[in-house]
Amino acid sequence: MKLPEAQVQNAISEPSPILEIRKLTVHFQRRERLIGRKTTIRAVDNVTLTLAEGETLSLVGESGSGKSTLARTVMKLNQPTDGTILFRGQDIFEYQRGEDLKAFRKRVQMIFQDPYESLNPQSTVFNTVIEPRIIHGLAPDKDERSNIASRMLSMVGLDPNSKLDRYPHELSGGERQRVAIARALSLEPELLVADEPVSMLDVSIRLGILNLLQKLKQDLKLTYLVITHDLGVARYVGTRIAVMYFGQIVEIAETDELINHPMHHYTSLLLSSIPGTENPQPLVVGSDVDFSYSAANPPSGCRFRTRCPKAQDKCASTEPKLTELARGHFVACHYPLNP
Amino acid sequence: MNQLTTDADGPPGNTVIEVKDLSVTYRTQLGLMKAVDGVSFRINKGEILGLAGESACGKTTTALSIMRLLGANATVEGHIGLDGKDVLQMTEEELRNFRWKQVSLIPQGSMNSLDPVIPVGSQIVEAIRAHDDSSKSDARKTTEKLLSSVSIHPSRAKNYPHEFSGGMKQRAVIAMALALNPSLVIADEPTTALDVVVQKQLLLLLQDLKNKLGISFLFVSHDLSVIGEIADRVAVMYAGKIVEIGRKIDVLKNPSHPYTQALVNSVPRVFGNRRQLRSIPGNPPTGIWPTGCRFHPRCEFAFELCKQLEPKLQLSNSGSQAACHLVSQPERKDPGKQ
Repeated sequence: MKLPEAQVQNAISEPSPILEIRKLTVHFQRRERLIGRKTTIRAVDNVTLTLAEGETLSLVGESGSGKSTLARTVMKLNQPTDGTILFRGQDIFEYQRGEDLKAFRKRVQMIFQDPYESLNPQSTVFNTVIEPRIIHGLAPDKDERSNIASRMLSMVGLDPNSKLDRYPHELSGGERQRVAIARALSLEPELLVADEPVSMLDVSIRLGILNLLQKLKQDLKLTYLVITHDLGVARYVGTRIAVMYFGQIVEIAETDELINHPMHHYTSLLLSSIPGTENPQPLVVGSDVDFSYSAANPPSGCRFRTRCPKAQDKCASTEPKLTELARGHFVACHYPLNP
Repeated sequence: MNQLTTDADGPPGNTVIEVKDLSVTYRTQLGLMKAVDGVSFRINKGEILGLAGESACGKTTTALSIMRLLGANATVEGHIGLDGKDVLQMTEEELRNFRWKQVSLIPQGSMNSLDPVIPVGSQIVEAIRAHDDSSKSDARKTTEKLLSSVSIHPSRAKNYPHEFSGGMKQRAVIAMALALNPSLVIADEPTTALDVVVQKQLLLLLQDLKNKLGISFLFVSHDLSVIGEIADRVAVMYAGKIVEIGRKIDVLKNPSHPYTQALVNSVPRVFGNRRQLRSIPGNPPTGIWPTGCRFHPRCEFAFELCKQLEPKLQLSNSGSQAACHLVSQPERKDPGKQ
């Protein structure tokens, strides 16, 4: 079943989308130092994606697939080359008034991969957590501030009495990430973007952070966009998974549907490569990464074709469109698996 | 000999290396710090021992001390037996023959340590000629063979590191480690920076090398899934000690130490039943180890004895060896909590 593009967009839009990414393209210009030639890095290329209220969408992909660029653009930290992003129906790149932008910043917050770098080392936990509220005029009363900060810390499972006056270097990695979460939530946002929230943490700490994010999501009715390279993490937190390859979404479906019935050969390759003896997927042998292609010079047609075991002539000539092949299951492949 | 004990040790005989009561103490500005405390294991021929643990548990220190590569601020005690010799007693001259020829190392992040201005092949040639007296052309031939054995086309020998992908660089480093036919390769987090597809290729390659060449590996990783895929036997370290060691299936499928159990259960899996997982409370200790069992402050089964007496490794029901008082007093375990 192939739907025209307008219908595809409708199908992705479940009721009341909080975020709509439409044909988003983010290119970076880089001048090569010795030659002076300009190259264009196509970090994100024509991505259309909708986040429904209250869902957790995990973006997975290898390093360099553009998932972090996509997240940063949602945060308005990058300018798009083309396309739009609508938050609650409003184009985030078209805010005319400063207060609209400020409202957007309050409603959309982010936590970063490395809690050793994302916290100001000279700022106490109290200042880190309360500063966003002061900036947004949400803690005008000085006496109230320590109450608010204490509440934020308790919410992320830290003891305010012993931690409020600490500096980041006095905290463990897991505690730092909790402070970063408290800071992001201090503005009571609606959408939280989490870029690899646990990949820098020790294994025994990770689950505490993931469980905390799950609990906060329920308690505060949040919507999450989670960036991760770890399909296990994506499955643990996510309602849907979108797989990115070379700046494009190649497959998107509900978590279990994607893991149990992958239709794109890249997803299948990813799944079959998961280490561990319980992996039921037969091993897919993909070709080696062809190094003559890069984000500056992606392959023609389907960008995965150079590694795809099933590639045909058509894959080099025509770019496959993201198409709904089962309910809510979109795939960009001319010759999908088990359609 | 007790059959079960040999399971935890691996089959007897054919021992490539035996580490006994290894302790490493660092002199730091804050005083003495015992990073590794009484670690013992052995690795047999053609076997992969996975050394698992979180950051600062002493796994890299253990690996480096086998190579005698620790700095002057480290005091190493114990015994590292290899071919009837104690590595810790070797002279500089003996070490030159031991390093790379008998045991080679793939250090953490080593794929980024290739010299950017020298072709990859020349770097391998250099490594070969630094350790034996083969001619340049012989070393080149060996290099080409080595590169093919790690699935890199020999014509790529003249390429510079920046012309290689991350996986290829890591394979080139492995080729370098194999250059002088060592009997043991120590690999410290060799797949950590790699994407999952490339990681899988590399794990298959290491398995293949093990089977074809009969090389033994000490495979150090924080990633239990990777260890679960590649290792024959597994040692789990916590706070400078091995808390459980044995066959992979015993340690990872039926763990006996509460730390191993908690660690295995705290990894979100891609396959299998979806369930709520529980995290391990607290943080791994750094530097100052708790008294008694070092895991007791984070252990849900801890009782009075655990705070006072350090448990020794002992045979568990699954056939592994676990350092836990519950192994000898299983009735202590509250079934309601499990």
